[in-house]
Amino acid sequence: MIFSKIKVLRSHGKQYIPDLNDVTLTEEFRGRPVLTPTDDMSDVEAAATLCPTQALSVAPFTLDLGRCLFCGECALRAPKNIRFTNDYKLGSTSREALVVTPQTEKIEFHPENIRPEIPQLFSHALKLRQVSAGGDASVEMELNATGNVNFDFGRYGVEFTASPRHSDGVVITGPISKNMAEPLDICYKAIPDPKIVIVCGSEACSGGLFSESKAVDRSFIENNRVDLWLPGAPTHPMTFIDGVMNITGKKQR
Amino acid sequence: MNYYITDNTSTQSIALKDIPEVEYAALYEDLSERLKQEQYHIAHYFARPEQSRLMFYLILLDDEKHQIMVARFAMEYYDDIALPSLTALHPAVHPFEREIAELYNVEFGAMPWKKPLRFDENRRCRTSTIDTYPFYSIEGDSLHEVNVGPIHAGIIEPGAFRFTCNGENVLHLEIALGYQHRGVEDEFVATDNRLRQTLLSESIAGDSAIAHSSAFAMAVERLSNNKTSQRLQAERTIALELERMAMHIADTGALSMDVGYQLGQVACEALRTVTINTTQAWCGNRFGKGLIRPAGSNKPLTSEKIEMIRKNVEEVGRRYAEVSDDIKSSPTLLSRFEQCGIVPRTEMHRIGGVGMAARASGLGRDLRTSHPFAAYSTKLNHESITQHDGDVMARLMMRCQEVSQSVEYIKQLLATIDTTEAVPAPNYEQTLAPEHFAFGLVEGWRGEICHIAITNEEGKIDTYKVKEPSLHNWLALALAVRGEGISDFPICNKSFNLSYCGHDL
Repeated sequence: MIFSKIKVLRSHGKQYIPDLNDVTLTEEFRGRPVLTPTDDMSDVEAAATLCPTQALSVAPFTLDLGRCLFCGECALRAPKNIRFTNDYKLGSTSREALVVTPQTEKIEFHPENIRPEIPQLFSHALKLRQVSAGGDASVEMELNATGNVNFDFGRYGVEFTASPRHSDGVVITGPISKNMAEPLDICYKAIPDPKIVIVCGSEACSGGLFSESKAVDRSFIENNRVDLWLPGAPTHPMTFIDGVMNITGKKQR
Repeated sequence: MNYYITDNTSTQSIALKDIPEVEYAALYEDLSERLKQEQYHIAHYFARPEQSRLMFYLILLDDEKHQIMVARFAMEYYDDIALPSLTALHPAVHPFEREIAELYNVEFGAMPWKKPLRFDENRRCRTSTIDTYPFYSIEGDSLHEVNVGPIHAGIIEPGAFRFTCNGENVLHLEIALGYQHRGVEDEFVATDNRLRQTLLSESIAGDSAIAHSSAFAMAVERLSNNKTSQRLQAERTIALELERMAMHIADTGALSMDVGYQLGQVACEALRTVTINTTQAWCGNRFGKGLIRPAGSNKPLTSEKIEMIRKNVEEVGRRYAEVSDDIKSSPTLLSRFEQCGIVPRTEMHRIGGVGMAARASGLGRDLRTSHPFAAYSTKLNHESITQHDGDVMARLMMRCQEVSQSVEYIKQLLATIDTTEAVPAPNYEQTLAPEHFAFGLVEGWRGEICHIAITNEEGKIDTYKVKEPSLHNWLALALAVRGEGISDFPICNKSFNLSYCGHDL
């Protein structure tokens, strides 16, 4: 009995990422895109017509990561103009900063938007409540992964709680289905002040594929201040970790 | 009775006019007999408006003859007649009849469980809202109710659970779903952009993105009469098996966590990471989004990737087997998992359980054997794994055995891939046969996934139906916890790991 456990332990070894600030994802990963305008923009026009969430625009030439589902199809249609890098640092305090232009060299975090109480109170420990409102379980699984043996975000005091009463903020995933609009609101109101709002995943940022659906209710986003926007389909654990470390003042992009 | 008969290797769709239109009375009689036998089960049964009529489509699977049987019947849209309910005879039909009743206000006579299924935005039956779900309640001095949800304590999707308990023991559990409803089926129809439809299929249930997008691709390829190459089929099968491995390992970790077996939990977390990072190194996404595309692929395997996948799955398979050996040799774990959350085979059949959970109870529902598709019909000689006890341990052992099977299949298929053979790019422009009916039937890690697409006279998809295995298996979870201590609910729940968004659509 004990030998089988030793075997598992020996194979397991050390799994944690020693430095969360020093992570490079595989080249295949589709993160921050780089846009290069050319004289002939016909490829981009074709890509924009195909773009499933109208995230890509030709004039002006922009790609809105808050809408983008990172399918990478535009980069295949317009390889001269659009290229996805493996840069996972996609979060921002500003929704507008998620719109990538040809001038974008990194996604600006805009630390000036951070309310002063956030780094003051939450830099050592931040407990979050997660609400899935129409999410497809992939973003939720990635959020779970932030606490797993590899990423171990808990080492920075960032953890998810079982009750809104014990939390400092809410992480919303999914386009916000109508049937979840009220439970989300109740949960948010139950969190003591000051509290932060993080929207996680492109579906949560813009509604994604469901932005026009009748079964979706985005009023929560319109009525409340969002502190951190995190794109992705799903948001990679490193995107979440980077965003939260920036907003709590643990690092500066 | 007259059915249109086809099978899952067919590359063609079915002209609507070729689907025999029958009388409900004949269908009712035929199904009441057939559904008694394990050989038959319903893959999908739904209705849609066609001019002034409501047309009902039924897809019945014959597991022994490997046949797919399709029939339909009509009723006048404003007919005020009650159809005799099949649910009354065969509870397996309940989600289908409930959906039809909710969406179109169709009356099913003597239906035992007339409750809304998912509080669909388009429902005509608006007698209750999701806040006033008519939970079943039992009166008694010694009973109390425990209400959980819709928001749960972990990072998971929402659903409302109500337990009726006698002391610590669960007498009855009712699960009310619909919170995740975001109008998936409507969005398929609202757009002509095939890429958008593909991405929709990937977001039906994120943990089964590969299985659902494969089902979509199969349905669309049938509608465009597109024969995909053996290589593409093999690559899709590898992706499906990678998804199965990743989720089975994740669930082993989750079960370990819930019984305080931290070693198993962290080992499985790490192994799942390796598995999904393998998928990511193949296609750029840890859940395989972007991998399955109609008529082709953007991410054909290269020899480097083949070697990378082979190496990783072998390593994961070896280390996971060690965890599974440790579980089997730890009496403290066995005492929690064994004889807990039992669903006997007869019950599983009665309620129409599918997939891995059904196989854990000895009911051999597995499309890979009964209705083989992709490489399962050509390169692999798949033999279903089954267990007999139907308890948490059986469902866990299903996972342990299926992971090692997946490892073998992936290695076997990787060896068949000839990287010099060209793989076409995806085609989002293919014209679809007008007024045709096509299905995509795929065995995902959780079980049977069924997609149905019906086109109008212009060749546009005007009805899209999705069935997730969870639609059947939620009831199995409710039955599994009956008589168990309420503290065993978490492990019963994790042993099924059902999808909320796939159910709610």
